[in-house]
Amino acid sequence: MSHHIVEVKDLSYAYAGGPEALRGVSFRIVHGESVGIVGANGAGKSTLLLHLNGCLTPQRGSVRIGDYPLTKETLRGVRRAVGMIFQDPDDQLFMPTVYEDVAFGPLNLGLPADEVEARVMGALETVGAAHLRERPPYRLSGGEKRAVAIASVLAMTPDILVLDEPSSNLDPKSRRQLIELLRTFTHTKIVASHDLDMIMDLCERTIVIHDGRVTADGPTLEIFNDQELLRRSRLERPLRMQACPVCGRR
Amino acid sequence: MPNIESALLDLGGLDVLARRPTPIQRLDPRAKVLVALAFIVTVVSFGKYEVAGLLPLVAYPVALVIVGDLPAGYLLGKLLVASPFALLIGMFNPLLDQSILMEVGPARVSGGWISFASIMLRFGLTVSAALILIATTGFYPVCLALRRLHVPRVLTVQFMLLYRYVFVLGEEAARMARAWSLRAVNARGMPPSVFGSLVGQLLLRALDRAQRLHMAMLARGFDGEIRQAGALRFTGADAVFALGWTAFFIVARCYNLPHLMGGAVMP
Amino acid sequence: MHMADALVSPAVGGAMWAVTGGLIACSARKLNAELDDRRVPLMGVLGAFIFAAQMVNFAIPMTGSSGHIGGGMILSILLGPWAAFVTIASVVTVQALFFADGGLLALGCNIFNMGFFPCFVAYPLIYRKIAGDRPTPTRILAGSVASVVVGLQLGAFGVVLETAGSGVSELPFTAFVLLMQPIHLAIGLAEGLITSAVVNSVRKARPEVLEAALAAGPAGASFSIRRLVVGLGAATILTAGVLSWFASAAPDGLEWSMARTAGAEELATPHNAIHAAAGHVQALTAFLPDYDFRNPQTKADGPAPAVNAATSAAGLIGAAMTLGLVAALGLALKTRRAGSDVAGP
Repeated sequence: MSHHIVEVKDLSYAYAGGPEALRGVSFRIVHGESVGIVGANGAGKSTLLLHLNGCLTPQRGSVRIGDYPLTKETLRGVRRAVGMIFQDPDDQLFMPTVYEDVAFGPLNLGLPADEVEARVMGALETVGAAHLRERPPYRLSGGEKRAVAIASVLAMTPDILVLDEPSSNLDPKSRRQLIELLRTFTHTKIVASHDLDMIMDLCERTIVIHDGRVTADGPTLEIFNDQELLRRSRLERPLRMQACPVCGRR
Repeated sequence: MPNIESALLDLGGLDVLARRPTPIQRLDPRAKVLVALAFIVTVVSFGKYEVAGLLPLVAYPVALVIVGDLPAGYLLGKLLVASPFALLIGMFNPLLDQSILMEVGPARVSGGWISFASIMLRFGLTVSAALILIATTGFYPVCLALRRLHVPRVLTVQFMLLYRYVFVLGEEAARMARAWSLRAVNARGMPPSVFGSLVGQLLLRALDRAQRLHMAMLARGFDGEIRQAGALRFTGADAVFALGWTAFFIVARCYNLPHLMGGAVMP
Repeated sequence: MHMADALVSPAVGGAMWAVTGGLIACSARKLNAELDDRRVPLMGVLGAFIFAAQMVNFAIPMTGSSGHIGGGMILSILLGPWAAFVTIASVVTVQALFFADGGLLALGCNIFNMGFFPCFVAYPLIYRKIAGDRPTPTRILAGSVASVVVGLQLGAFGVVLETAGSGVSELPFTAFVLLMQPIHLAIGLAEGLITSAVVNSVRKARPEVLEAALAAGPAGASFSIRRLVVGLGAATILTAGVLSWFASAAPDGLEWSMARTAGAEELATPHNAIHAAAGHVQALTAFLPDYDFRNPQTKADGPAPAVNAATSAAGLIGAAMTLGLVAALGLALKTRRAGSDVAGP
């Protein structure tokens, strides 16, 4: 299934009046892979993610999602294939009820009413939020909002999931539930986060971005063991890999 | 500024009431919107010196509050908070209109007092009708009903998004105002310069949010039109509710029921 | 500056509803033709922004009181007049429904006063003329202050006219004007300064937003304010005329026709009704309605109870009986509900 492939080649992007946010990023992610993207604040993670479903279009270089190169013409197809989960669920849950929000995408696809209903309930059950269907999003807890945001994307049946800081603002239990949920998905996953412990749990491969460039790309454990690389990229080893604060042992 | 938080709480509070499981809440929102409009038109169509004729109409809010299981004290509190402007303007009537219109034994009541009472009664009735509409229906179903009643989609979608983001931006505004008030202990009010920069910040954040929101919409196939799944069903019960109340309003408008009753018992 | 339902007569309220509804329909058509999908979220979030900003009060310089912004001009500058008008309408409506600011009958008046004047008068005729197509900070300042002050003065005057035209309040026209205009001058100056600060900060941080609004909005020249005003004026006079004919010939006239069949009530002669209708129309259309002329008319055409001890007593007894019945109804419903609660699961 070639349409699960994400290929970024020599991608560069500069915001109007700003410095270059991306300077020649290249990588290739194949079907079923789960890849972490880590980097300091302002390293270019968000800009990169915005290219993956066409919120931004490449100024130089190219992005390929499956068989489509990302251009204005293929935008709809690309957005169909790539499900993007934004950092702030309040930006994503804009409809008045949970049900309406999850139905927003399927309705835009022009699906018949019973198919919409089936998809919405299926997605809500997957994330364990079926009981929230009539609730307005502003009355949900952080964990519930995140779950519904994921459901709203699942209802589009994407092949690839892109998640921007999925564990931010979650309490420890909600964070754990989220990780368990994401582990059950067989989609190709791209997770950008500062939460390196979560990346360890979710991703076998990690890409490090610093100053708009890829500074490392390889197996997650290998990268998190490279102290010097992490320091240069303004990162820190995941807590789990650090020495025990009481006895000093690893 | 705790008043922002309480205002937001208020804004959400009415909607919560609409989820109570009573026969009123279950009615089609279109029926409730139409009855509320008919009620308001009836109330305001009474002449300026009418007090007694308005009284039968009190039955409508009373019935809906009780059957809809709404907290009467809470709604009355909201009425009081909203009353100053009507009170301020209405208060001039007793001062300016002193012609005697009614005698009860030795007491003489001027037209000004009667019209003042009428203003306040009408204020109470119309405002409670609006509050009860939201509290028995919920804001979003009212929007859906308006859309089905051919209000332009631009406006109903705007209502929906406004109501969704009032909470998000209201909380942002409340945080900023609190940060200011913590550091301006002695200030009696926010000076316009501070207010200007606070609002400027709030606006820049709002613009960023609008952009992210747009991206989130595009990511799910948005093409300029918001589609809604919400389905409405107008049943026999809705028709009975709408026609029954409308008929009552017409009768109460055409016949001065208290006068008729009073006249019947008087020799 | 919200007007309340209770102060608006059905004729004035209905006429303003018709006018405002027409403006919204017109704006909606314009916006649908533009096909800019960024606008939907932008309008929604900016509406919420104005709503949130209105919840913060600022001190009005030199008065010791505080006020909140109207926001019509900020929205016009950021969105163009059509989208700004719809956004203001949404804000005012939600306030009417949730906070009981104003009310549903007065909603048309309130949207008109707070939306029409800033969006369709002050913005194209004052702000755009002063600020021009390449606005500088100074031009933005001058344009904002001038347009907000004028917009707010017109809005406040609208409140006065609508209140006086309704004839529900006895407040003399001139006294009301003297009460409303100066306080709104102070608020307008403050809001003008705030508007300019806010617009200038957007100009610095997000210039593309202002450019998009300039492209969306009608430029000062191509915007036919005259056509709009003439159309609106005609619509207002027509609806107000029809409605006030009903208001004087009919509400008392609805009663009148009912009463004629029932043969129960003394009523205004048709001559009186027409006279009163003329008075209404005159009050609405005249620049300074002659309050004293209208006053006796409204008194005569209202269902004024005659000064008669017997009628008064009957009315009072009837009123007490009515309230008793309503209370009994309430109690009955309450016990029935309590009963069904117990019987229920």
